[in-house]
Amino acid sequence: MQLSAQDLTALWITFKLAAVGTSILIVICTPLAWWLARTQWRGKIFIEAMVSLPLVLPPTVLGFYLLLLLGPRGPIGGFFEDIGVGHLAFTFTGLVIGSMLYSLPFVVQPLQNAFAATGQRVMEAAATLRASPLDRFLTVSLPLARRGFLTAAVLSFAHTLGEFGVIIMIGGNIPGRTQVASIAIFNHVEALDFEAAHALAAILVVLAFSMLFAVYAINRRFKVVGVGQ
Amino acid sequence: MSIEARFRFDRGDFVLDVDLSLPARGVTALFGRSGSGKTTLLRCVAGLERAPGRLVVDGAVWQDEHAFLPTHKRPLGYVFQEASLFPHLKAAANMRYGMRRTPEAERRVGWDEVVDLLGIGHLLDRYPDALSGGERQRVSLARALLTSPRLLLMDEPLSALDHARKQEILPYLERLHDELDIPVLYVSHSPDEVARLADHVVLMENGRAVASGGLQDTLARLDLPTALAEDAGVVVAATVGAHDAQYNLTRLDFSGGSVFVAERPQALGERLRFRVHARDVSLARERVEGTSITNLLPATVVEVGAADNPAHVLVRLDAEGTSLLARITRRSLDQLGVEPGLRMWAQIKAVALLG
Repeated sequence: MQLSAQDLTALWITFKLAAVGTSILIVICTPLAWWLARTQWRGKIFIEAMVSLPLVLPPTVLGFYLLLLLGPRGPIGGFFEDIGVGHLAFTFTGLVIGSMLYSLPFVVQPLQNAFAATGQRVMEAAATLRASPLDRFLTVSLPLARRGFLTAAVLSFAHTLGEFGVIIMIGGNIPGRTQVASIAIFNHVEALDFEAAHALAAILVVLAFSMLFAVYAINRRFKVVGVGQ
Repeated sequence: MSIEARFRFDRGDFVLDVDLSLPARGVTALFGRSGSGKTTLLRCVAGLERAPGRLVVDGAVWQDEHAFLPTHKRPLGYVFQEASLFPHLKAAANMRYGMRRTPEAERRVGWDEVVDLLGIGHLLDRYPDALSGGERQRVSLARALLTSPRLLLMDEPLSALDHARKQEILPYLERLHDELDIPVLYVSHSPDEVARLADHVVLMENGRAVASGGLQDTLARLDLPTALAEDAGVVVAATVGAHDAQYNLTRLDFSGGSVFVAERPQALGERLRFRVHARDVSLARERVEGTSITNLLPATVVEVGAADNPAHVLVRLDAEGTSLLARITRRSLDQLGVEPGLRMWAQIKAVALLG
C-alpha cells in the first residue's frame, strides 16, 4: 500500500484545512456560544436555527451558494477581486470558509452546552471574590468548559476530514491545491483504482476513530478526577 | 460605623422596599419566611441584583443615584446557600482565588488563622467533589474570609445541610463571631440559628423590614407577626456560674437571676446562650412550694398580647433586665388577674441551650 505524491498532498491539504478551519472556528464561536448560552433575547432561536442549518442542508446547497458568494461575480469574491487579492472560489481560503460554515454547528453546540452547564452561581461567586467579568470568563468559564472545547475541536476536525460536497462545489478538484483526501478517494474509485482508494480510506477511518476514541477517553478521565459539570 | 441600606425594587410579583440602618459590627440576622425578600436584600447589598437605592457601608458609598459599584469592586465576602466552590480547583486554590485578587495592603485575615479557625487543614488538597457538604461550606467560608471583607454576607449557609452537619458548622460560625471583627449579614429562616448567632435582628415580611433591633428585645416583642409568635420565646445570654457535681447540674447566671440545667462541659465563666420558649414558662402569684420545677424567677409583668391561638395570650415579663415571655391561657390570665406591673413568679420548665 503505497501512497502517491498526489495522495500525500491531498492528505496534507486535508489536515491543513481541518486545523486552520477548526482554530478559526474555536476563536469565533467562543464569544458566539457564550452569548447564546447567556442571552435572554427571544431572537436567539433565530440565530440558533441559522447555526444548525449546515446539519440538515445538503452540502451541495451550501457549496452552491458559497460558490456564488465567493466567485468573481459574487459580492464577497468580487470585492476581493476588486482590491486585487483575487476571488476566493477554487482557492484554499475558499475551502477554509466553506468548511468553517459546514462545521459551525459542531463547534457552537458543544461550547454553548458547556457554557450553559457552568451555571450562574460560580460566576457570581467569582464576582464576590473580586474577579472582573473578563477575569471570571478566563479563570472560571473557560476552564469549566474545557471538555466542551475538546469536543468541539475534535468534532470539527474530524468532520472536516470527511467533507466532500461543499469542497467539490467551491474548491473544484485541483490536485496539489484544493484536492482533499475524500475527493481523491472519489477520483480513485472513478478510475477503478481500488487499491489507492483503500489506502486513503483506511487512513481516514483510523484517524477519525482514534480522535473520537481520545475524546471519549479524556471526557471519562475528567469525570473521574472530579472536575464535574 | 454603620450600614445604611435603602432599596426599592419592583419586579411585578414582588416588591422589595427597605430602609435600614444596621450596626456595622456583630451578626445581623435577616430573618423571615421564604419569599420575604431576605435573600433579595442580601443580593442587592452584594450588587448581584440591581435595585435602585442607596447603600453606604462604613462610610463608603457602594451605591447611590449616581454610582453603582459592581460586585467585584465591593470589599465583601459572600457565602451562598449551596457551596459554590470552583469544581476545577482544589480547596486551597479555591481559597487563594479571592485572596490573590485582594490588594496586599488590604489583607488583614491570615491564611493560617482561617485554616485553623475553620479546621480545614486536612482538606486543602482535595477537589470540591471529594468534600462533604459541611466541609464544602467551611471551605467556601474560608474563601470568603480570605478576601478580608469589610462585610460578610451569608445566605442561609446551613440550610442545605442536615442536622448533624449544621451542628458541625455552627461552632465555627460562633468562633468567627468571637474571633474576627467582621460584620456579618446572615440570612436565615431558622429561629434557632438566629438565636444562637445573631446580635441584631431584622424581621422581613413581604419585601419589607417589619422590625429591626437587638436580638433579645426583638424576640421579646409582642407586636410582631406570627413568624415569631408560633415559636415565641426569648434568648438569654448567660455565663456558667457553678457546677453542682452531686446532682450533675450547671448553674447559668444572667442579669435577672440564674437557672439550673443538666451539667454542661463549659468551664466556669464561659458565655452561653439559651432559649426559653414561651410555652415552657408558667406564672404564679406566690412562690410555689412543693414543686419539681427548680427554676423560679421573680419577674414583673410588662404587657400582655395575643398569641397565635385564641385560647392563649403571651405575657412579657421583665426579670431585672432580662425579658421573658410566657404563654398562658386567657382563663388563667383572668383568674390570676395578670396585668402590667404585677410582680409574679415565672416557672421555667425547660430551657433550650444553644451550643
